[in-house]
Amino acid sequence: MRDALINSLFQLADKDPNLMLLTGDLGYGVFEEFEKKYPKQYLNVGIAEQNMVGVAVGLALEGKVVFTYSIGNFPTLRCLEQIRNGACYHNLNINVIATGGGFSYGGLGMSHHATEDISIMRALPGTTVLVPTTSDESKAGVVNLYKTGGVGYLRLDKSKYVNVELIDKISIGKANILRKGSDITLVVAGGIAQEVMKAAEILSSANIECRVVSLYSIKPIDIDVIRSACKDTLGIVTIEEGNLAGGVGSAILEACYDNEFSPKVFYRFGLNDKYSAIVGSQDYLRSYYGIDCDSLVFKIKSLINKQNL
Amino acid sequence: MTNSMKTQELAKKVRMHVVKMVNKGGSSHIGSVLSIVDILAVLYGRVMRYKSHNPEWVDRDRFILSKGHAGAGVYAVLAECGFFHTERLNNHYQNGSIFSGHVSHKGIPGVELSTGSLGQGLPVASGMALSAKIDKKNHKVFAVLGDGELNEGSNWEAFMFASHHHLNNLTVIIDRNRLQSIKTTEETLSLEPLREKLISFNWDVSEVNGHDHDELFSAINTNTQKPKIIIANTIKGKGVSFMENKIEWHYRTPSGKLFDQAIKEIKENI
Repeated sequence: MRDALINSLFQLADKDPNLMLLTGDLGYGVFEEFEKKYPKQYLNVGIAEQNMVGVAVGLALEGKVVFTYSIGNFPTLRCLEQIRNGACYHNLNINVIATGGGFSYGGLGMSHHATEDISIMRALPGTTVLVPTTSDESKAGVVNLYKTGGVGYLRLDKSKYVNVELIDKISIGKANILRKGSDITLVVAGGIAQEVMKAAEILSSANIECRVVSLYSIKPIDIDVIRSACKDTLGIVTIEEGNLAGGVGSAILEACYDNEFSPKVFYRFGLNDKYSAIVGSQDYLRSYYGIDCDSLVFKIKSLINKQNL
Repeated sequence: MTNSMKTQELAKKVRMHVVKMVNKGGSSHIGSVLSIVDILAVLYGRVMRYKSHNPEWVDRDRFILSKGHAGAGVYAVLAECGFFHTERLNNHYQNGSIFSGHVSHKGIPGVELSTGSLGQGLPVASGMALSAKIDKKNHKVFAVLGDGELNEGSNWEAFMFASHHHLNNLTVIIDRNRLQSIKTTEETLSLEPLREKLISFNWDVSEVNGHDHDELFSAINTNTQKPKIIIANTIKGKGVSFMENKIEWHYRTPSGKLFDQAIKEIKENI
């Protein structure tokens, strides 16, 4: 996902000398070209995330558009209060980019499992939270955030993109349909979508046609897509590679309740109030925590069967 | 009237305002505010370039109060320097007011940054100073930090950052009153040898009496190759005898006879 990111940053930096990219000493093999081409717009602040956000606030108060970059929880949780009091309260165009969402760095241990970042960044007033699933969404995400004032969060992971070309314009507040279907709607955000797409294929062979939605814009959320899922399909299943509390599924539930939508079926896949002391590859951990393709197929079949009884 | 007399007069007015504001609002931190009044008076009365009728003038010098709990002092000095009417100071700490106990920028002309969580001002000031360097601007950035606040590691990240990037357009004034929330700085988490620490972080460091306006002015007004720190030795509660050097006045609100005495002392001083 990082290649798409860097392509977009190149394009924006080329047009706008006020764009600045700050990294907390991460991005080896990613930012060298950027630094070479735009030395005045690139800054490695060192391993000091609190200062990185503070400096970003100072730069943004002076009119710069700032992207901060690190991995896992470092650009969000480590400097959360600086983001809250500085970036958010002053309504600055500061955009936080994290790679390594969910279990991307599964083997590195819980310090590197970014499993609460979506909930936490979503909870800050005024933020925009984007979690791309496809290459197009990732590229567009950087541009969307650049063009939108206020604090943005772009959460990438190390998974391969879902290989779906999106035809409609990718914009903030709009979800994207990855697969058409009218039996049940699967709403997903991030690299875990690969598992969801595989599951949808298998379910299709069992005559269950899943609509798969890349939520993309976790905040603001696409009410129309949720309305349609509740109205035109049996209900919604959400899949996220993170803690359930306050995450993607929570956001959809809130939208349903607030708008008086009543899905017949609602189920959330994710981590249930857990840290992972187990390590392993991203695939291994997805399977271990029951958010892999097989677990999805099994559960979704049983949800549908229950309704058909 | 000499420059020093002018800033003394400004400091006196600010002291009067802040004691009244804290009394009316029933708020705390008066000791911390009085500690930096002379620094504020010298900065706003003699050093900084600004246009009070045009607070966002692009070439203005920037001021950040990192020890946000002394916000009443900033509000008062801004009002006295014409950023807004002094009557608005009556709203401090009142229900529905925007004049919060910790300094806030929202709707208050002249405040660059809202603070209140310690250790967050210097990184922002460094970002502003860096921006000025990038854009080849000549304005300066000033930040006032509390000494207790130096417990926060984020300051030390910024100390490294500013010297690494040669931000000699940045001046930090440390309010060295030696008292923090419960005990002295040295009993809590010793800062000394502070001067040597800061020199080793590659800053230009000087030390002054933080209530002597001429000393403050000449230290602030000196150009340096490196970013500059002035350790201003101050007295918490300065200007009101019973508050001076007393930790309890980090919390207490002067009222009744003590309020009257405070006002009397400030009036009679100088």
